[in-house]
Amino acid sequence: MLLLTCPCCGVTAEETEFANGGEAHLKRFGPGSDDADYEAYMFARKNPRGVHFERWRHIYGCGKWFLMARCTMTLEVFGTYRAQTSEPPAEIVAKIKARRPEWEGF
Amino acid sequence: MSEVVSALAGARASGMVELADAGATGMITLRGDHALLGAAVQAVLGLAMPEVRRVVAGEGAQVLWMSPDELLVITGYDVAPGLAADLQSALGDAFATVAVVSDARALIRLSGAQARDVLAKLCPVDFADFPVGALRRTRAAQVAAAVWRTSDSDWSLICFRSVAGYVWEALVTVAQPGGEVALYR
Repeated sequence: MLLLTCPCCGVTAEETEFANGGEAHLKRFGPGSDDADYEAYMFARKNPRGVHFERWRHIYGCGKWFLMARCTMTLEVFGTYRAQTSEPPAEIVAKIKARRPEWEGF
Repeated sequence: MSEVVSALAGARASGMVELADAGATGMITLRGDHALLGAAVQAVLGLAMPEVRRVVAGEGAQVLWMSPDELLVITGYDVAPGLAADLQSALGDAFATVAVVSDARALIRLSGAQARDVLAKLCPVDFADFPVGALRRTRAAQVAAAVWRTSDSDWSLICFRSVAGYVWEALVTVAQPGGEVALYR
């Protein structure tokens, strides 16, 4: 069971109040882009063992999307942050580095 | 003109707490930038903008903080269309939406010392830290709901009209005498 804090409304709730939206920070390749890029955008996901960035929606609460960093092995949540960013903010990266010094970075 | 019927048609039940359908209730959804909405609410209703996850109650209207770009005004069923028109004219051409949604939801009132125990059986919320005037959108059993505390022992719950019967039966069931858990004292 994950305990998440929504950065939009500030509620800390268990994961049944939220909905997972897959991997975060995907770069979109639309029509006209290279086939390999498009295929990778559509289908290739990192699926790491360890630090992972995900999209979540506070579906039973304020309804907003946000992003989260967590560990897929221990289910430890490193932090949540607003979705209007293309890479994790420095404080989230610092928190992950503190807990997982061997992490190779985003 | 058709007769207005609330989803639960004035249902009442008694158990660990008193449960009552609030009947036909006026509700107005406001969406847009909160600074814009706050000015309109102040001008039309004379109420301050609620803080995050709070309710501001005045005479004849309550303003509920629903999300970072949404407010819900609870008022009388008959006055809702007029208030909505006033809010719309106060907002003018601003990028905001006003909609009368009185018939979209059911409002259920819970009262009694064990109201928190009853709610905690359905909602994944810690009600120990829940002051009067606080609001929480969450789920009740398996459907979306919002609950707020109007006094020490009085709570309001709204859910969508289509699931009102489900929420009502779930509340009545968990509030049956003999189901006391004494989680909150």
